[in-house]
Amino acid sequence: MSYDELRHFADSWGLLAMALLFLTLIAWPFRPSARARNDEAANMIFKDDEHG
Amino acid sequence: MDTLVAKAGGWLGLAFLALVMAAMAVDAPFAVHMIIVAFACLLMLWATVSRADYEAIARGLLKMPADEGVYDDDPIRWGVIATLFWGLAGMAAGLFIALQLAFPALNLGFEYTTFGRLRPLHTSAVIFAFGGNALIATSYYVVQRTCRARLAFPTLARFVFWGYQLFIVLAATGYLMGVTEAKEYAEPEWYVDLWLTIVWVAYLIVFLGTIVKRREPHIYVANWFYLSFIITIAMLHLVNNLSMPASLFGSKSYAAFAGVQDALTQWWYGHNAVGFFLTAGFLAMMYYFVPKQAERPVYSYRLSIIHFWSLIFLYIWAGPHHLHYTALPDWAQTLGMVFSVILWMPSWGGMINGLMTLNGAWDKIRTDPIIRMMVMALAFYGMSTFEGPMMSIKWVNSMSHYTDWTIGHVHSGALGWNGMITFACVYYLVPRLWGRPRLYSLRMVNWHFWLATVGIVFYAASMWVAGIMQGLMWREYGADGYLVYSFAESVSAMHPMYLIRAAGGAMYLAGFLIMVFNVWATLGGRVRTEKPMTETPYNAAADRPLAPVPAE
Repeated sequence: MSYDELRHFADSWGLLAMALLFLTLIAWPFRPSARARNDEAANMIFKDDEHG
Repeated sequence: MDTLVAKAGGWLGLAFLALVMAAMAVDAPFAVHMIIVAFACLLMLWATVSRADYEAIARGLLKMPADEGVYDDDPIRWGVIATLFWGLAGMAAGLFIALQLAFPALNLGFEYTTFGRLRPLHTSAVIFAFGGNALIATSYYVVQRTCRARLAFPTLARFVFWGYQLFIVLAATGYLMGVTEAKEYAEPEWYVDLWLTIVWVAYLIVFLGTIVKRREPHIYVANWFYLSFIITIAMLHLVNNLSMPASLFGSKSYAAFAGVQDALTQWWYGHNAVGFFLTAGFLAMMYYFVPKQAERPVYSYRLSIIHFWSLIFLYIWAGPHHLHYTALPDWAQTLGMVFSVILWMPSWGGMINGLMTLNGAWDKIRTDPIIRMMVMALAFYGMSTFEGPMMSIKWVNSMSHYTDWTIGHVHSGALGWNGMITFACVYYLVPRLWGRPRLYSLRMVNWHFWLATVGIVFYAASMWVAGIMQGLMWREYGADGYLVYSFAESVSAMHPMYLIRAAGGAMYLAGFLIMVFNVWATLGGRVRTEKPMTETPYNAAADRPLAPVPAE
């Protein structure tokens, strides 16, 4: 693959794939079933104080 | 016992090998470094023999594992002490070079003490030695607590700590002797880079191994930040330091890249070192220690995940903003600028997430000086992540670039954000790690807070004035098209600002000295009798039932 092909791929399909991956990753914790998991994860640091 | 003999023999062999390398060295600094390595090997030999864990050998015979019911905190304790030690060295070096800029006679006419050699000593000592030890220590602490599992590979974890200290010593002594690749924040030469690579891979194995053996279903978000910091630094370090040594027995190497490619690689590294070492790593500290100290969960766990992925996807593109108006293609400069401006949003999302964690507990800012430090750290995180995108805009950059405004920006981030959050975490950790009821003195934490805060204000404000003045003087044209000021005139105009900056640095260092004393006294088991930070008013006369009064 030449430099030219690589950069055209990068600013078309590559860019699209990265954007979709990014949007999926940040949308993931917003799915309705994640609410309980998020709360649990946020509070887990208080479960054990010292020697676990 | 056989393994003990083999280990001791191995250290002796390595020490001998290092001495052979020293004897064959083609330049003096390389010989000095190999003697340091030999010395380190002999220290390890001494430690192996004299302090051998005979209990562990016995446990090995009986096939008994180490106590899995207790966290492995020894390397964390060492890390906290190393953080304070290197912090003192790095900040003192910083104050000294600030004074050199104001009073050039302080270069002392001695090659080892010139500004050019002490400046990388200062930057590496505060970033990699002070910040790096804080990151390693807190990551060991947080990963164990949030995975509820003992540290994986305890021997390797200790190797990471001591190997990292050897890296620091080799880097620092190298700078003084003039050994440098001349790459910003990546000055150490090829053999020191190789050593750091080994240590860093070991660090990754320890961290990942602990996550793998976790007893908690969820991987807490702080660990995401730590892991991204470890992996990204490994990648950046490898690519930026690709080079060919001139001799296997010498300290000189030549970079794989040249010209603008080299410049872009260096700033791809340089800016992501800021993004992943000084931001992602310290955000990991923020996401664990701020909720713990405030005793309430992070404001929004979902926002923390958006914060994480946005930094991962955006930061990596921001480096070209260091190369505005250079030989770098224009589109690459614009790309760097645009991504830098976009980064402002997730950064402020993270700052808001940290600050809002205090929602409902804002009174702690008044009563708890550690929370106060954390809040100030977040405020400076927000300020420098606003200032940075603004300075990356080409129009602003054409004035701010190469001036002391940049230095002021870096220090408001480093002193305000990295320094303050590290101090807060050390204050949190020390009583817990050494099993003390509390710190020696909370009021001293308060003194530290105010000295540091006022010091940063002096530092940042003087550098704003200095930078804008420099930028305007450099571009001031007269009516007939000549530059109005010579460079030397702009230098002499800076003198008062340099004095104010040094005063700010001295205050910051004074606060740090108070911290060192406070931690020292805490380790000694002392508790200062002092007035509490807050007092609830109590009126004994009013504290009684309303007596029935007979009617008259």
